[in-house]
Amino acid sequence: MQVALSHYLVVAGLLMVIGIFGIFMNRKNIIIIMMSIELILLAANINFVAFSGALHDLVGQVFTMFVLTVAAAEAAIGLAILVIYFRNRGSIEVEDVTLMKG
Amino acid sequence: MIANLAFDLFSAILLGSAVMVVSSRNPVHSVLFLILCFINAAILFLMAGAEFLALVLVIVYVGAVAVLFMFVVMMLDVDFSELREGVQRYAPIGAAVGLVLFVELAFVMVNWVIAPGAAGMRLLPAPGNMTNTAALGSVLYTNYIFLFQLAGAVLLVAMIGAIVLTLRDRKRGKTQDIDIQHSRMPADTLSMVNAKLGAGASVPARHEDAL
Repeated sequence: MQVALSHYLVVAGLLMVIGIFGIFMNRKNIIIIMMSIELILLAANINFVAFSGALHDLVGQVFTMFVLTVAAAEAAIGLAILVIYFRNRGSIEVEDVTLMKG
Repeated sequence: MIANLAFDLFSAILLGSAVMVVSSRNPVHSVLFLILCFINAAILFLMAGAEFLALVLVIVYVGAVAVLFMFVVMMLDVDFSELREGVQRYAPIGAAVGLVLFVELAFVMVNWVIAPGAAGMRLLPAPGNMTNTAALGSVLYTNYIFLFQLAGAVLLVAMIGAIVLTLRDRKRGKTQDIDIQHSRMPADTLSMVNAKLGAGASVPARHEDAL
């Protein structure tokens, strides 16, 4: 790996901070919140891959693959829930979801 | 040198498009910037020596997940400007939390060293004589076979769950109901009539509406 590990860590940290900022900023728009979650997971993956490259250890890349799997499953289920929620209520305002509690 | 320049360029595009993802007015633009984000992250993966994961990121994320987001954004008929009402109110809180987090991360990053024994604790040192894809495959199908199967099961559950959640059973037209067909008894539908010669048979009452 030609680029120093710390560069990757700084980029990943900034990406995670942007993702968390996005969750706070778009509190009403659940689609953007899910995209922010994808950004946070991507930051985690960059860390895994960077350490894997720096230490010449494959486990980081294997784990990244599992993180990708779980992230894809989470996106699919989340969007499905969003679609049926929209079908039932006609809006995707996250704040109304509290009305759904038992 | 050139690697560092390329890294700076691509990570700048990555971070810039990440900012656009969370701050764009139009969610469709957000999804497109998310795609740009993933592509630049894939380039960073490539530079770290993870070719297989880089291409998986492009194929799976750009090809499937981002398109899924795009479908949902375009399918839902939502007034997105209405959803942006509170942004000015929430932005300072988000900025404060983000700043605190960033400062914490910065403290971590200022002085850290890899422990001297870390290199000896590697579980799977990358073999030098094969490509990244071959090396990943050789551990994924042997050491991690059960986790790999489990990942497949997670995807299967997600797929079935998404289909079950969104499947709408519209009653459109006549459909076959196997249960009803199988539970029909001859006594419900058939009746034997002893017809007199030359007189014909009268239709039993319960069959009249079928005529």
